[in-house]
Amino acid sequence: MSGTVRLLLAWAALMALLALTLGAAFLPLGPAKPWIAFAIATAKAALVLWFFMEMRSERGLARLAMLAGFVWLAILFALTATDYLTRAWMT
Amino acid sequence: MAEEERFAPFADAARARDADRLGMLIFLASEIMLFGGIFAAALALRLEHGPDYAAAAGHLKLWLGTANTAILLTSSLMAALAVEAARAGAPRRAARALLAALLLGCAFLAVKGVEYAGEYREGLMPGTATAHFDGPAQTLFMNLYFVGTGLHAVHVTIGILLMAMAALSQRARQDRNAMLIGNVALYWHLVDVVWLFLYPTLYLAGVR
Amino acid sequence: MTDEPRFEHPPEEAATSYLADGYSLRSWFLTTDHKRIALLYLVSITFFFLVGAGAAALIRLDLLTPQGDLLSNDGYNRAFSIHGIVMVWFFLIPAIPNVLGNFLVPIMIGARDLAFPRLNLLSWYIYILSGLLTLYVVVGGGVDTGWTFYTPLSSVYANGAVVATIVAVFISGFSTILTGLNFIVTIHKLRAPGMTWSRLPLFIWSHYAVSIIFVLATPVLAITLLLVAAERLIGIGVFDPRLGGDPLLFQHLFWFYSHPAVYIMVLPALGVVSELITAAAHKRIFGYWFVAFASIAIAVIGFMVWGHHMFVSGQSVYASAVFSFLSIAVAVPSAIKVYNWTVTLYKADIAIDAPLLFALGFIGLFVAGGLTGLMLAMLAIDVHVTDTYFVVAHFHYIMVGGSVTAFFGGLHFWWPKITGRLYNETLARIAAILILIGFNITFFPQFMLGYEGMPRRYHVYPPEFQVLHVISSMGAALLAIGYAMPAVYLIWSLLPGGRRAPANPWGASGLEWTTSSPPPQHNFIGQPVVVRQPYDYPLAHPVSRDDG
Repeated sequence: MSGTVRLLLAWAALMALLALTLGAAFLPLGPAKPWIAFAIATAKAALVLWFFMEMRSERGLARLAMLAGFVWLAILFALTATDYLTRAWMT
Repeated sequence: MAEEERFAPFADAARARDADRLGMLIFLASEIMLFGGIFAAALALRLEHGPDYAAAAGHLKLWLGTANTAILLTSSLMAALAVEAARAGAPRRAARALLAALLLGCAFLAVKGVEYAGEYREGLMPGTATAHFDGPAQTLFMNLYFVGTGLHAVHVTIGILLMAMAALSQRARQDRNAMLIGNVALYWHLVDVVWLFLYPTLYLAGVR
Repeated sequence: MTDEPRFEHPPEEAATSYLADGYSLRSWFLTTDHKRIALLYLVSITFFFLVGAGAAALIRLDLLTPQGDLLSNDGYNRAFSIHGIVMVWFFLIPAIPNVLGNFLVPIMIGARDLAFPRLNLLSWYIYILSGLLTLYVVVGGGVDTGWTFYTPLSSVYANGAVVATIVAVFISGFSTILTGLNFIVTIHKLRAPGMTWSRLPLFIWSHYAVSIIFVLATPVLAITLLLVAAERLIGIGVFDPRLGGDPLLFQHLFWFYSHPAVYIMVLPALGVVSELITAAAHKRIFGYWFVAFASIAIAVIGFMVWGHHMFVSGQSVYASAVFSFLSIAVAVPSAIKVYNWTVTLYKADIAIDAPLLFALGFIGLFVAGGLTGLMLAMLAIDVHVTDTYFVVAHFHYIMVGGSVTAFFGGLHFWWPKITGRLYNETLARIAAILILIGFNITFFPQFMLGYEGMPRRYHVYPPEFQVLHVISSMGAALLAIGYAMPAVYLIWSLLPGGRRAPANPWGASGLEWTTSSPPPQHNFIGQPVVVRQPYDYPLAHPVSRDDG
């Protein structure tokens, strides 16, 4: 598969996911809605990273460097949420 | 300049390119952390004031936000194609793709401007009018929206300038390794990725 | 084998040193040589150390009497705020990485410079720009928020140049990020042939770990401070409960940076001490991989403990329990290092020089600071001593007793390499001992003050605390003499007629000791090739080299 075709396919997948996330937002999914929205956003980001940012042809080090920010953000969000989600338990 | 001095402190060009790219990726990791603060603030607000968060997000122009997502994704595609073209030894095609990416970036800013103008008229801007908000948490959501998208728009502007610089540089276009274009494209993709997460955080949260 | 010369030609004859390579201002201020930039940093951080120390002197003088006769309430607030801000961001954080790290990271891995030399110079200019802005704050009204900028004090109530200070710290962050980026790329991409990861000096491992923190923590501080400035200027309300915001969110974001920032200050110190101990013991370090990975573990776990600053803030007690556990966990890798240094010294043929005295002082003070840190990590104790002098004493044991002592130790150890001159060893030993004694007299009474209830950031206190405060202030005077002494004999060594240093005055291993003192412009004559493990005592040929 030529590089250009691969990029075009990735773009098409991204557009499909955008349509999907927009459609899902209007479905009665209740509390699962934000989870689905962020799961699709993560999938889109993964496509951008993998194809557009060429992580597919990079070696381990570059992938690690790219991933580090996301992993560290997960630490920030998880431990901050530990506080916000359990504050109500105190009273 | 002696041949071995050209890539100093590196021994050869390949290693210098490797280092440039790694440096860019590490810089992008720090950019991710910068926006992380905004996302953490949104997370805290959503956890503490869930209903207000959704109600305020309903004021945003979902369709403009969606259009902007599509614009930015397409622009990213153009940047990736520019890298592809430069590597293939097609400097003119690379310049055209960069120009397309850059114009789409401008289109993104234009749509954003239209959005901001509409929000100004509706009194959603910080400090202009807050009468139709139910409670301060909704105002806070709007403020956070302006800070988050504003910071993002600053990055879009920087990205556009960088792409213009790359498009104008003959050396960058003719570089078969696409070093400058490649690194500028990396930056542009990251700006795109940040938006991919701003979209559900801000716009989709308001859909009922 | 051991008596053979390490080079066929003494390098002194082969190349001009980096110090002799141009004497114009331009050759310094537009240099891209990492060694010269390190010296630019050395001069600038020394200046900011004096600014911070001046504020500290005001604080200790004011605390001599229970009424706080010297400064007004406002003046006292400004003094401790400037002391904290200048010492943290303009001295401690850049001290070891930007002076010793800048000088040594490329040399230790056998490179001719950092990966991005011009970026390195830019880092220094950014640092200077932010430093000038901070000086403007000092003279232009001051700031009274403390170095922590807690909201809503900083966003609503504080007077003074809060926004200017925030901008200064924000700008200095760019300098830090660029330095970290430069180190990471350098360590990955510029190691000499044969310099495998298992041969890296521990100084390099700790600088790698600290660079991770530089890159990933600093941007969070940047955005947090921007939000505070936006709050103060246009009232966006992210941290304002009246607008639905949450002041605790500020503390979460601030400490997500600032707790790792403590490790920014102490990790490079740990690296310095590993070098000092092995060189004095003339032994391979005990448990190389444990010490190396302890640095990485401290950097990573250090990001997960920030909530221990918020135990009494209204944070969920369940979150506090999690943070308490993680905080205790981070003591494990720190303890591993201390044990391994001790075992390295055990039954060694120890050379008791000034650098070792500093290193031993470091270990003692770091243990005291670390153990009190464990106490503070426990919820029940922390509630009792939060915001007292116990906390002040604890973090000064780590940041001053730890980092500053290690910085002085490193400066003494590598001074002959950096300048090519030998200093007066007797005076250096006296200074090392004086600093240790002065430090303990200054800060140990503060543990007692804090445990009895003396709150931090107050300058009016009950008279029964006066004795301990006076002892502390007297200790500070002694400490000041200890810190001033090296300035005298180190500068003295630079005067014409000062004793020249040989390439390896300590008989230490490591690439930096195989090149001349001071090193030539590109660090080595030819490309060094590493064939030995690190710390391969007794010394044989640590390197072989081609005829470049």
